[in-house]
Amino acid sequence: MHSDALDLDTDVLVIGGGPAGTWAAWAAAKRGADVILVDKGYCGSSGATAPSGTGVWMVPPVKDDREKAKAQREALGGYLSDHDWMDRVLDRTWRNMDLVESWGYPFPREDGAALRRGLQGPEYMKLMRKVVNRAGVEILDHSPALELLVDRDGAVAGARGVQRQADRPWTIRAGAVVIATGGCAFLSKALGCNNNTGDGYLFAAEAGGELSGMEFSSQFAVSTAFGSVTKTAHYSWAVFTNEAGEDLNAVKDGHYSASTIGRALLSGPVYAQLSKARERPEVQAFLRYAQPNFFLPLDRSGINPFTQRFPVTLTLEGTVRGTGGIRIADGSCASTVPGLYAAGDAATRELICGAFTGGGSHNAAWAMSSGSWAGEGAAEHALELGAGSNARHVSGAGGAGYHDSWASASASDPGADAVIAGVQDEMLPLDKNLFRTELGLRSSLGKLDALWESLRTAHGASARDQQRSRESAALVATARWAYTSALERRETRGMHRRADFPALDPQQQHYQIVSGLERVRLRNEKHAPSIETRVSAAVR
Amino acid sequence: MIELVSASRCIECNICVRVCPTNVFDVVADAAPTIARQSDCQTCFLCEAYCPADALFVAADAHRHVEVSEQQLAADGILGSYRRSLGWSPGGDPAALHETAHVLRRMAGPGTIG
Repeated sequence: MHSDALDLDTDVLVIGGGPAGTWAAWAAAKRGADVILVDKGYCGSSGATAPSGTGVWMVPPVKDDREKAKAQREALGGYLSDHDWMDRVLDRTWRNMDLVESWGYPFPREDGAALRRGLQGPEYMKLMRKVVNRAGVEILDHSPALELLVDRDGAVAGARGVQRQADRPWTIRAGAVVIATGGCAFLSKALGCNNNTGDGYLFAAEAGGELSGMEFSSQFAVSTAFGSVTKTAHYSWAVFTNEAGEDLNAVKDGHYSASTIGRALLSGPVYAQLSKARERPEVQAFLRYAQPNFFLPLDRSGINPFTQRFPVTLTLEGTVRGTGGIRIADGSCASTVPGLYAAGDAATRELICGAFTGGGSHNAAWAMSSGSWAGEGAAEHALELGAGSNARHVSGAGGAGYHDSWASASASDPGADAVIAGVQDEMLPLDKNLFRTELGLRSSLGKLDALWESLRTAHGASARDQQRSRESAALVATARWAYTSALERRETRGMHRRADFPALDPQQQHYQIVSGLERVRLRNEKHAPSIETRVSAAVR
Repeated sequence: MIELVSASRCIECNICVRVCPTNVFDVVADAAPTIARQSDCQTCFLCEAYCPADALFVAADAHRHVEVSEQQLAADGILGSYRRSLGWSPGGDPAALHETAHVLRRMAGPGTIG
């Protein structure tokens, strides 16, 4: 054992320091709980929001406006969103954005009033770190979690992980845990997504939790063929062409069609040029101010996107801009496991987006709303359990790719990098994930099952090895849940496109719930969870 | 990916080691940090935003190493350019104050997805 191991006790442990995690930590602290927040990287730069910029789903509390906002994506989302949840998120987001303004976020102003329609990532997350610090939350950076701790009744009671810069293990006992680890983009290098490897899904499933909507994991975003910036709004000004220069007619009503671009990419290179703004210098200036990071890879490559076409590709954003995630059981964002809560992209966003991307504004609204509810729920749970709760007998729930004794790899072990490459071979290609078929999904699942079998112990002893090993397990598990769900949904709905079932089937208007690791189980659920908060059985 | 830690500009504050979300740098005693795990770099440019000495450069290429010349980057005004564009350089005004997405939304019509 390491003699310098870090052992801490708290009421609420938040895993993940992006928007959802920081809102959860703040809300829990505000309820009077002691809170520790651990981040795999650095709270303030980790996650999909920090390097980016996002709209926020903000609609004034005016009935007609709200009805219109809710209806806007209902058909696109395949009618899986829920009006009660949408109302609740719109309400909470409106109030939370008052707080963001009062905390000093530099919103642009027009006629003296703050325009609160968007948040610039670096500024927003720098502010949220400050807010969380001020609330008395203890932040541990570069401290990836590796497994949850559960008590004898199966309730979640903390977590274990490593500090990768100090190279030492940590154990934190807690009355409740919030998972805010983001979605999973399969290490595609989509902007800010490489810490988002599905770890939270794995932890939840190992503790007996369920996931919902994992078939909605096929969101691909346009980016330059060489870069990482997956900011897509500006492509509404683009014309996409093939090698011969023919217009693919990929943009309609301000949206580009991923399937049109995807089909073209399967037969050759695709280019974009922001031609529609070519003669409009005022628009060009606005585009630069709206999203400075969009231009970084282009400026640095000497490309003028208004006058020159540049090669583009589709980069997998998986469940980051997809909508699947940990199943929410009630209005406090409790999972189905006592003591475990989920927020942000780690949780399902079907409740407000259905099967259509939550990218941008909806996910931002969901992160701050679900984060707040999860933090409050976790605080109440922990405070009701009381001071003795951290004396509970606990054991680690971690399985695949993890070993408590810092074991070294066996001879037959393929190693984490090979496992990760194997998962990417099944998830990144457009002909496997964007255009799904029965045959393709079955073939991929066969390979993913074999990869799962190979994951028995950690692949090495350093903190980085331990982290990498668990990430590889999370990626395989996430891929298996995604494709098991995709196989069972024999229709096309939202982002889930089945080449062999190209139409929506009204009979399949339900949620698909998956659970389990060795054997993946799937069931259908007709209704969205209630927004009422039930008090967890463990507390009663 | 991250391609440059300028030894001449670096003030050895090690902020980049702390803020890099994917932990690509290692501290070096009495010297500039080293790029220890370049392939882990996710090309998010945030190290540049946080570097108080404009000593870092992240190239556009996210998937392969490219050669860069510090002299050229400095001459072209690229070192520190992302920090400046965010308004995070000394005397800067947060760029968020001048954010124009709302103007674009009016121009491009509603429903554009960010």
